Amino acid sequence: MPKREDIKSILLIGSGPIVIGQACEFDYSGTQAVKALKKEGYRVILVNSNPATIMTDPEFADRTYIEPITADYVEEIIKKERPDAVLPTMGGQTALNTALELAERGVFERYGCELIGANVESIKTAEDRELFRSAMEEIGLESARSMIVTSIDQGEMAAEKLGYPLILRPSRTLGGTGGGIVESHDELHRKVSIALAASPNHEVLIEESLLGWKEIELEVMRDKNDNVVIVCGIENIDPMGVHTGDSITVAPIQTLTDKEYQLLRDASLKVIRRIGVDTGGSNVQFALNPQDGRIIVIEMNPRVSRSSALASKATGFPIAKIAARLAVGYTLDEIQNDITKETPACFEPSIDYVVVKIPRFNFEKFPLADATLGTQMKSVGEVLSFGRTFSEAFQKALGSMELGSEGFDAEKLVASLGTQEILDACRVPSARRIWFVGEALRRGASVHDVFQVTKIDPWFLQHFEEIIKSEELLRGQALADIDEVFLRELKSMGFADKRLAVLLNVSEREVRERRWALGVRPSFKSVDTCAAEFEAFTPYLYSTYDGSSEAYPTDRKKIVILGAGPNRIGQGIEFDYCCVHASMALQDDDYETIMINCNPETVSTDYDTSDRLYFEPLRVETVLEIIERERPDGVIVQFGGQTPLRISQELSSLGVPIIGTSVESIDIAEDRERFSDLISRLGLRQPPFSTARSSDEAVAVGKKLGFPLMIRPSFVLGGRAMRIVYSVEEIVSYMEEGIEVSHDRPVLLDRFLEGAIEVDVDVVSDGTDVVIAGVMEHIEPAGIHSGDSSCCLPPQSLSTETINTLRLQAVQLSRELEVVGLMNIQFAVTSAGDVYILEVNPRASRTVPFVSKATGIPWAKVASRVMAGKSLQAMGVSEVVPEGYVAVKASVFPFSKFPGVDTVLGPEMKSTGEVMGVHASFAGAFAKSQLASNQDLPVSGRVFLSVREQDKAQLPAIARQLISLGYELVATRGTAKCLQDNGIEAQVVNKVREGSPHIVDFLGARKIDLVINTPEGWQTVMDSKSIRLVANELKIPTYTTIAAAQALGEALELVRSGDHISVKSVQEYVMELNDICADGVGSVVSCELNLN
Amino acid sequence: MIRKPQATGEKGYIALADGTVFTGYCFGALRGESDAVCGEAVFNTSMYGYQEILTDPSYAGQIMSFTYPHIGNVGCNEEDVEANRIYTEGVVVRAATKTPSNFRSTVSLPEYLHKNGVMGVEGIDTRALVMHLRDNGSQMAVMAGGDGVSVSALIDQARALGSMEGRDYVQHVSCKESYSWNKLPWSLQSGNKRELSQEKLMTRPHVVAIDCGVKSNILRLLVQVGFRVTVVPARTSSADISALRPDGVFLSNGPGDPATLGYVVDPVRDLLGKVPMFGICLGHQILSQALGAKTYKLKFGHRGGNHPVRDEKTGKVEITVQNHGFAVSKEGLRSESMVSHINLNDHTVEGIEAPDARAFSVQYHPEASPGPHDSQYLFQRFYDVVIGNAGRV
Ligand SMILES: Nc1ncnc2c1ncn2[C@@H]1O[C@H](COP(=O)(O)OP(=O)(O)O)[C@@H](O)[C@H]1O
Ligand SMILES: Nc1ncnc2c1ncn2[C@@H]1O[C@H](COP(=O)(O)OP(=O)(O)O)[C@@H](O)[C@H]1O
Ligand SMILES: [Mg+2]
Ligand SMILES: [Mg+2]
Repeated sequence: MPKREDIKSILLIGSGPIVIGQACEFDYSGTQAVKALKKEGYRVILVNSNPATIMTDPEFADRTYIEPITADYVEEIIKKERPDAVLPTMGGQTALNTALELAERGVFERYGCELIGANVESIKTAEDRELFRSAMEEIGLESARSMIVTSIDQGEMAAEKLGYPLILRPSRTLGGTGGGIVESHDELHRKVSIALAASPNHEVLIEESLLGWKEIELEVMRDKNDNVVIVCGIENIDPMGVHTGDSITVAPIQTLTDKEYQLLRDASLKVIRRIGVDTGGSNVQFALNPQDGRIIVIEMNPRVSRSSALASKATGFPIAKIAARLAVGYTLDEIQNDITKETPACFEPSIDYVVVKIPRFNFEKFPLADATLGTQMKSVGEVLSFGRTFSEAFQKALGSMELGSEGFDAEKLVASLGTQEILDACRVPSARRIWFVGEALRRGASVHDVFQVTKIDPWFLQHFEEIIKSEELLRGQALADIDEVFLRELKSMGFADKRLAVLLNVSEREVRERRWALGVRPSFKSVDTCAAEFEAFTPYLYSTYDGSSEAYPTDRKKIVILGAGPNRIGQGIEFDYCCVHASMALQDDDYETIMINCNPETVSTDYDTSDRLYFEPLRVETVLEIIERERPDGVIVQFGGQTPLRISQELSSLGVPIIGTSVESIDIAEDRERFSDLISRLGLRQPPFSTARSSDEAVAVGKKLGFPLMIRPSFVLGGRAMRIVYSVEEIVSYMEEGIEVSHDRPVLLDRFLEGAIEVDVDVVSDGTDVVIAGVMEHIEPAGIHSGDSSCCLPPQSLSTETINTLRLQAVQLSRELEVVGLMNIQFAVTSAGDVYILEVNPRASRTVPFVSKATGIPWAKVASRVMAGKSLQAMGVSEVVPEGYVAVKASVFPFSKFPGVDTVLGPEMKSTGEVMGVHASFAGAFAKSQLASNQDLPVSGRVFLSVREQDKAQLPAIARQLISLGYELVATRGTAKCLQDNGIEAQVVNKVREGSPHIVDFLGARKIDLVINTPEGWQTVMDSKSIRLVANELKIPTYTTIAAAQALGEALELVRSGDHISVKSVQEYVMELNDICADGVGSVVSCELNLN
Repeated sequence: MIRKPQATGEKGYIALADGTVFTGYCFGALRGESDAVCGEAVFNTSMYGYQEILTDPSYAGQIMSFTYPHIGNVGCNEEDVEANRIYTEGVVVRAATKTPSNFRSTVSLPEYLHKNGVMGVEGIDTRALVMHLRDNGSQMAVMAGGDGVSVSALIDQARALGSMEGRDYVQHVSCKESYSWNKLPWSLQSGNKRELSQEKLMTRPHVVAIDCGVKSNILRLLVQVGFRVTVVPARTSSADISALRPDGVFLSNGPGDPATLGYVVDPVRDLLGKVPMFGICLGHQILSQALGAKTYKLKFGHRGGNHPVRDEKTGKVEITVQNHGFAVSKEGLRSESMVSHINLNDHTVEGIEAPDARAFSVQYHPEASPGPHDSQYLFQRFYDVVIGNAGRV
């Protein structure tokens, strides 16, 4: 039966900002869905607060609302757009929860629209742990023994009944937020109360432990005719107890017989039918006892998920795209398989390779977080890798992680540990466990020994053991003695040239030259859904060392785009956005585009995005092999963040045709000395800086530069271990904290510009002309990492003169660095109005998608065309400054996943994602940005204030505003005094060290609705930390800078009036802006700035 | 010469009749040039269930290349067998697992092959082999290993083998004596041990299963839905079948060219209309011939566990298990009969019905084993037809 004609318009709900447990896989799914529905001729309306998504590009949906995904806003959109249907299964837990709330409010009836893809009943049955249990019982499937609790007392009872360890699973949360393992009674109270707080309906399921069982997932699809297929089975290498999102996983399932697998398949079919997902994809998770095969259902997600994105990439079967079409009435047999063209989508993919996914963590950013892996997801990204054998896929995956590891290469790191210590480290699931497993085997622990402590299936351990054995066989041999057969065998086990180089004590280049001389080159095989049974028409390729190759390069003009690798804090979806844009623009200009990337969550690794996709690690070895084969006209390295830049120098020296800003200029910008020369040559200003190689030297340098200072080790990137110090003592204590300093690794000291306004400026240049893409004023002062601070476009407090100075300097820098493409500059403007340059990134930056959305110009597309040789003039691109609206970007933090971590912001980036709020006023845009980042804005109640000395000047104004809005104030002594001096009443509360009842008691008793706490200096940060920890655990909104508090005050005023709930689509904004510009009265700034 | 290959690895070859040779390493039993393995080179895309595939008598005369690269991960056991031994002539894989990991495993795949005297070759780019067969058609092949093998001699041998067409393998795999069957399907709790006593079976409708190489899971499912089952050799006359007073006749799967099986088709034609019939795979091809249709050889066959088949009456799709190199062409099918199922990949005939004769058959394998269970309801349908309360045949 063809598609439904009774519905004409569909509202698709996105998933909002990137957070742990809900990342850009939902952009991949949502983008597929939007494209598919548009193609079917529906009017598609989209809501997603995340500007860094491809799906929110104005050309995809008919109406795109970058608005908070809350029931209030979505209702407003429904009211305005009157869609016939709402599709809530593409936007993760966020979309499902919002849909449920809308249903409870009766919004669907009120506006006459229906839910498609899932119904309320089935969402509830799947999401509510208790309903789910009884549903499973009905169909004869076993669940873990459990009890639902809604209070700590009930938790006690559950513990008595089920025995320790216990598993806590809060209802309706994503990625297991608030859940965990309770080992003993000591932990019961604390962990149960966190879990209750995390659940939107204050309900937690307490379960018997299945730790150590096999964990297996099946991806299921069903259509309205009740045709059901399994797209992929995924086996977790880390057994039960480690969240699947944090587990190393492999597809297909390796260690089950057909009889056992079919039991799971039958069970999955029963589950999807019983839960009643009429159309679309679902994910069913099982635990399987490895001793007797007993099966327990863990959960089912009635929507596309992280695993379905993984399954799509692993098999070539586009689950989201097909789910979208099923939702509008197609059946599986009516949909064609894109890859084979002749066969239908109603089948189960067969794969003839192995895929391995490894999660990527960022614990180094959160030193105080519990780095043990458990039932709550903690990873921030992942890589996927293909190989014809498990070892090959696994080692390639390790090499894709960009952790500087190319395999089991932790031998030096564990040199000081005994075998038993290594085995003990294997026992605790952690981000690093897999390397400990390798080293345990190297030390001679048997597969059985390692199985005993990890419960990792021996099948996997045997492969690890083989890898280790081959390494040891190789060690000490001469490269010249390695023959072709042996080398080919090693390569087909997935050994990177770099790893072989270490084992043979030669350089990577020598290994490569030997390998090429022996003719040991990879072949490229296709991912085709059908194990070669039918011809594949989509060049979706992976490398392997196995016989014949299926990459058939064309003679077209072509450009290779190097992707950004796994998501991590500091390098997220924004970079994938740029890569995808490059591909789209260049395809429009008739280039063949070739994408190389290894991140399964992304749009860039959708085989639909580029003409050819190589699913490969971004390392010199692999990129070179692809370039050799494809012989592209150009290679783009400036869109994938630091990932491609890291290897650009080497690639360039090997003759790879890199286009855009030269490798030389990139080096100038990244090298402190060279950059500083450039700055002084141009007569610009930079905070004074120096380096030190010992504590004494640091103190001397510190005194010379003057305080405060920003101090950081030179060998870490992304702002890790940065600190702001205000005195000699603080320098000394920093140096004593075990920061590794040596001659090659000095510490860096910068004069810290206290209280300066930070400004991000993005420019694009074709080498002749320079256009300012956007000037973004940060809300938080310099000192808060640019990736973490909120910012607004256009600037709100900077004078035209200052903005022009920034523009001018940006153009100067761009000219001097001969930028071709994008460049980002971070400025600091002091209160005296002096402009300093903090950093220049000669590449696309995190801000590009935000600027593009806010100005309506796709800057990454402009930049890629420039790199391919078009001039800005020819494209007619010029600067656009928004008129009539303000766009605010706010960052989203993973603190709720890391109880025990301080939420104070600093020069080290901690956010995982971002949202955008757009409104006629700054206050409205800021309010929206807060709501969109899941920050509740309480409209009444008590505000706790505790601010540092410098901020006290701004305090009274904020306090007065809060009082006028009806809030009560509570403050610590010093802050209260400042308020009283200004005639403002505030209840005084003790600091923690002043004794009970203190502020933390207040927070615990839920007597505080909002926290404004700006700590000063390292010492008070530590003092006030417990406040922020508790606020974080109890999800009380917290602001840690006075600037943000000020913006918040304005926002609260608007929120109380209700005026913030107005919605406008991106298309409307852009249209209005174009009108203004066309009238010639808008702020289109000529690209020729006068440099004199 | 048939022996175990040395642990250090001994070369193994598979030579196709068109002169293409793939070289890897021997596992299982090593067979020298003089005892070379002969058969038709085919591939199967199932990712699970190699042991059931190896022991399926329908694979007699064939050298099996598995598309999934790691074969042997879960070892072999006494339960996952479809007949008493391995029927596949030879096995070709990318990587054979020496140390299996599964709670039911009792022996590794290489050991299992060795015990059965079956040769395996690993280290082959099986994807390249599959693409070759897909593009050039399945063809005869010869496998041998060890020192001193002449590759050109293997190619010559392969050429001399001719074609699968015109070959009757049923005569080699059918039972010699009739027997009754009382075992129930495998379950996680009881394995293959569940069976029914004679008295329990006595009251049940009686099905005579003509054994052309029947898979045991078919017999198990016939018992499960409520039949008493007697298995008879393929070469049994219609009179002898009638003498068993069957309430239904089942036509089994099996190997080789269906066009050679006049000795089965004829008795079936005699019985048509007299007793309900159900055929699977080769049994479907036999019933179709009895109903006037002809069979033909497919370019490279259907072998796997993921083929979509649509029931033309309900429009519903089943994910089916397939294993056939020949197919039924509907021309000639007598007019009261109709095509009931088609394959959505290539639109070939997957099932026929002769409502007037209360007979139906499917080209695919509703007994699965290995593969999805979507089509097992067909056994129930057969039961309903036999006891006379079927909505359709
Ligand atoms: N009873 C249990 N015993 C041990 N581990 C469990 C148990 N239940 C769940 N887990 C682990 O917790 C993880 C998260 O549980 P799940 O129900 O899938 O929540 P989520 O909704 O976060 O995916 C699972 O992937 C599994 O590893
Ligand atoms: N001299 C300085 N004065 C004030 N703040 C600074 C100074 N240098 C850096 N910062 C702050 O630290 C953040 C991170 O520093 P940056 O050099 O941009 O590192 P990254 O490479 O991580 O982006 C900046 O966004 C800015 O807020
Ligand atoms: Mg889960
Ligand atoms: Mg920066």
